[in-house]
Amino acid sequence: MKFTEPAGPNAIDNQTIISRPVSRIDGRLKTSGGAKYGYEQLGPNTGAAYGYVVGAGIAKGKIRSLESSAARAAPGVLAVVTAENAGKLGKGKYNFAPLLAGPEVHHYHQAVALVVADTFEAARSAATLLRIEYAAEKGEFDLQAARARGDGQPAPIEQDPADTSVGDFDGAFAKASIKLDETYSTPDQSHAMMEPHASIAAWDGDQLTLWTSAQMVDWHRSDLAKTLGIEKEKIRLISPFIGGGFGGKLFLRADAVLAALGSRKARRPVKVALPRPLVFNNTTHRPATIQRIRIGAELDGKIVAIAHDSWSGNLDGGPPEGAVAATRLLYAGANRQTATRLAKIDLPEGHSMRAPGEAPGLMALEVAMDEMAEKLKLDPVEFRMMNDTQVDPEKPERKFSLRNLRACLQLGAERFGWSRRPMTPASLREGRLYIGYGMAAAFRNNIAMKSDARVRLGRDGRIVVETDMTDIGTGSYTIIAQTAAETMGVPLSSIDVRLGSSDYPVSCGSGGQFGAVNSTSGVFAACMKLREDIARKLGLPFDSKFEGGRVASGEWRIPVGEAAANGDLVAEDGVEYGDLDKRYQESTFGAHFCEVTVDADTAEMRVRRMLAVCAAGRILNPKTARSQVIGAMTMGVGAALMEELTVDKRAGCFINHDLAAYEVPVNADIPHQDVIFLDELDPIASPMKAKGVAELGLCGVAAAVANAVYNAVGVRVRDYPITLDKLLEKMPIRA
Amino acid sequence: MTSFPLPPVDRRTVLAGATAAATAYSTGLSAAGLASGADEQTVTLRVNGQTHALKLEERTTLLDALREHIGLTGTKKGCDHGQCGACTVIVNGRRINSCLTLALMHEGDAVTTIEGLAGRDGQHPMQAAFVKHDAFQCGYCTSGQICSSVAMLDEIKAGIPSHVTEDLNAEPKRTPEEVRERMSGNICRCGAYSNILDAINEVSGAV
Repeated sequence: MKFTEPAGPNAIDNQTIISRPVSRIDGRLKTSGGAKYGYEQLGPNTGAAYGYVVGAGIAKGKIRSLESSAARAAPGVLAVVTAENAGKLGKGKYNFAPLLAGPEVHHYHQAVALVVADTFEAARSAATLLRIEYAAEKGEFDLQAARARGDGQPAPIEQDPADTSVGDFDGAFAKASIKLDETYSTPDQSHAMMEPHASIAAWDGDQLTLWTSAQMVDWHRSDLAKTLGIEKEKIRLISPFIGGGFGGKLFLRADAVLAALGSRKARRPVKVALPRPLVFNNTTHRPATIQRIRIGAELDGKIVAIAHDSWSGNLDGGPPEGAVAATRLLYAGANRQTATRLAKIDLPEGHSMRAPGEAPGLMALEVAMDEMAEKLKLDPVEFRMMNDTQVDPEKPERKFSLRNLRACLQLGAERFGWSRRPMTPASLREGRLYIGYGMAAAFRNNIAMKSDARVRLGRDGRIVVETDMTDIGTGSYTIIAQTAAETMGVPLSSIDVRLGSSDYPVSCGSGGQFGAVNSTSGVFAACMKLREDIARKLGLPFDSKFEGGRVASGEWRIPVGEAAANGDLVAEDGVEYGDLDKRYQESTFGAHFCEVTVDADTAEMRVRRMLAVCAAGRILNPKTARSQVIGAMTMGVGAALMEELTVDKRAGCFINHDLAAYEVPVNADIPHQDVIFLDELDPIASPMKAKGVAELGLCGVAAAVANAVYNAVGVRVRDYPITLDKLLEKMPIRA
Repeated sequence: MTSFPLPPVDRRTVLAGATAAATAYSTGLSAAGLASGADEQTVTLRVNGQTHALKLEERTTLLDALREHIGLTGTKKGCDHGQCGACTVIVNGRRINSCLTLALMHEGDAVTTIEGLAGRDGQHPMQAAFVKHDAFQCGYCTSGQICSSVAMLDEIKAGIPSHVTEDLNAEPKRTPEEVRERMSGNICRCGAYSNILDAINEVSGAV
C-alpha cells in the first residue's frame, strides 16, 4: 500500500476492537513466567555452553598482550575468543566502535575477550585468569573542557544541517524588550533496561541461528552478517520478547557477535548475557549536552527571536545529540537559529535513548520558557499558548498535519487545577514542606517508516499475522491483533500474532515512537490485500463488508473461513510512504503538569502528582498507550531528579556502572499518574490515522519537575539532575 | 551445615595477586588460589511442590539453579547483584533475591517461583490483577514484582514494619506509602509503578 494522500474513511474507523482498552494478549504469558526471552530459548540438556564477556580496563590505547593459557587450561573451558583468533571482523552500519577490541581499544569495557565454558560459573571464573596488559593513551573525557577549548565541530543531525537560520536572530534579539540567555546541561544517561543484552548462537554448518534481544530484527541481522562477513540469508534471527530496550537494543551489540564467534569455536550453542556492570560502558548511552538558549520577546509576550545551541561529544563516527530539533518547530518567532556542535570524546558510544534529541532538548527549552514567562510576568501556560504556531515556523507555507498543543495545555491546566499554583515561588507551605507546581509542553516528531507484514487465513477462520516487528513492552502483540481483527471483522480471539523473527516480512521495528503506527499500518495493508483475495475467492465484490466473522454483500453472509476451504489464503503487503511528511510537518504534542514537595530542612524533593495530556492521533489501545506514557513520565522523573552517568575523568569511564549506583526511579519515587488522550485523528500521518506516543510521554517531563522545584523553593537549577545538594545552600530561610 | 574445604592461602599469594592487579589488568583474585567453588555437591530443592535432586557446583546461585539447571526461566536475571529484584522468589514464605543466595544453602527449602504461584488453579489473583491493570510492559521485572507483591502483603499481615511505618508498636497498614516503600526493591524500568500499586491494592482490598 502506497500511502501518498491523506487517508479516507476505512475499516479502522469502525473502532469496534481498535482503540478499545484491551488487556495485553501476551499478558498471561508475561505474568506466569511463560514468556521465553531470547536467552531462555535453550534450556538445560540442550548442549548449550556459556560465554562470559571480559571488558577493556582502559578507555583508550592498545592491548599490549593478552595471556589466556591459564584460562584455557581452567576446568570446563572450551574456548577463548579474542581479536587475535576471531578472524577478520567487519563493522556494522550502525556501530562506530568495533564490538570486539584489539589491538586498538576505543572505549572502556569494550569487549576484549569471551571465555566459553561448560557452565556459567566456570566461564566467569576462568575469565578472571586472563592476563591483559595495556598501553594506555590519553583521552578526552570532559565535554565542558572540550567546549571551552572550542573543540566542537558543526555536526548535522541525520539529514538536518548543523546550522539553521531564518530571519535575523542577532538583530531581533538585540532589540527585544525582554531577553533570556542561559546555559543548561544534561548528563550522560543509561537506558538501564531490566534485561541485559543477551544472545544464544547456534551454528548448523554455515547457517547461524541467533536468539537475541533486539528492537530491530533486520538491522541486527544485517549488521551481524556484515560483522561476521557472511551472507545475511545465512542468519536466522529471533527476538520473541525483549526485556526493555529504550534505544539500547536498536543496534547489534557484543553479546550477539561474541556468541556467534564463541559458538563457532566451541562447536556448541553458546549463551552470552552481558554482566550488568558491563552494560553501562560496553553498550550505548544518551550523551551529555550543554545547551545555550536565547529567547527575545516583546512586552506582550510574543517571541521575536529564539536560538538554541547544543554541544555534545562522541567517539569518531558517532552522531551528535540532536537537542535543538524541537526548538525548530515548537514555538513561533520570526527570527530563529540553531547550532549543533560535536566534540570528540573518548567515552563509550553515545547513541539513541528514548526520544533522542527532543528529550534532552526540552529539558533545557522548557525551563527556558518557564524563566521567560517569569520575566514577562505571564503565566507559563498562557505564554506557551501565545506563541503557538499552526505552521512550520521556518517554512510558514508548510502546515502541521494536525497540531492540538493549545488544547493539551488548556485541558491539562483545567484538570490539574493549575489556577491554584502559587504565583510567587516559595510561598506555599504545608508544615515543613514547600509545595510547587510546574508544567512543560511536550513535543516529539512522528516518523514514517516502511513496514511489511504477512497474513494467513485458515479454513477455521483463524488469521495468523507474521511480521518481524518486536514487542519491547510497547504492546505490539496486542495492537497488531486489534488491527487485524478490526480490519478482517473477526473477534480478537481469532487472531494469532507472530513477531520478532527474520522468517517474517521486514517491519519498521521498535524505536523512535515509530513502532506502533507503522507496524499496524503495514498489518492493515496486508489485511486489506487479504480481504481482496477473500472476496475474489468467494466471488463477492471488493467492497463487501467484513464483520462478525463473515463477508457480507447484498443477501450474502459467508463465514470468512470458507475462502480458505481449499487451502490457506496468504497475503503479503506493507505500508510505504510518499512525501506527505515533507508536505506537512507531522508531530505529536502534549502538556505535562506536576506538583512537588521540597523539605524545608533537607531539600529532599518528592513528586506528588503528575498529569500528561497527549495529542497523538488515533490511540490504538488506551490501556497500553497509557502505560507507555506513565512509564515515560517515570523516566522523566528519573531524568529530573536522579539519573546521571558519572564520568570518571581519570579512568575515562562511567564509574556508577550498575543498578545501585546509576539511580533510576523506584516505586516509592512515583505518585499516582494521570494521562488524558485527546480524541483526534490524523489522516495525513498514516492509514491508521495514528502517530507515535511512547516518547512524547517523556518529552518535557523533567522540565515540568524542574519548574515545579523552582516554584516550590525559588531555586533555579540548570544542571541536571536536580539533586538536593544543588538546592541546599540556596534554600529559603525558614521562618 | 555443609563445610567448604579451603585451600591454604598465604600472605604472599594474596599480595602477588594484588600486585599483578595493580600492574596488569585482572578481573579478580582467583589466580591467587582462593577456593573456586567448582566442586560439585548434591542438593534437594522443593520447587513449586516438586522435588529436584540436583548435582551443582558449590558456587551456583539459587537463581542459576532455577534457570539453568531446572529450566524454570520465569525467574529473571536482571543484575545478578541483588540490585534490581527481578530474581525475587519466595523461600519458606519469605521473598528473597535468588541471585544473592547459593542453591546449596536451600537443602529441603520450599521455593515458590512465578511458575508455581498459582498452584494448580492456573492464575493467582495477583497475576490476574497485574494483567487487568497493565502493571508491566516488557515483562522482565514482572515475575519478581508479582512474587514480591504476594510476600509483601504477608509481611504487612505479619506485622513486620518498614522504613515508613510511623508507629512500630501498631499494626502496619496497607497504605499506598507502605506498599510503595516495600515494593522499592523491585525496579521496573518501563515505569509501571502506578499500575503495580493499583494491582496490589485490588488484591489486598485496600482503596
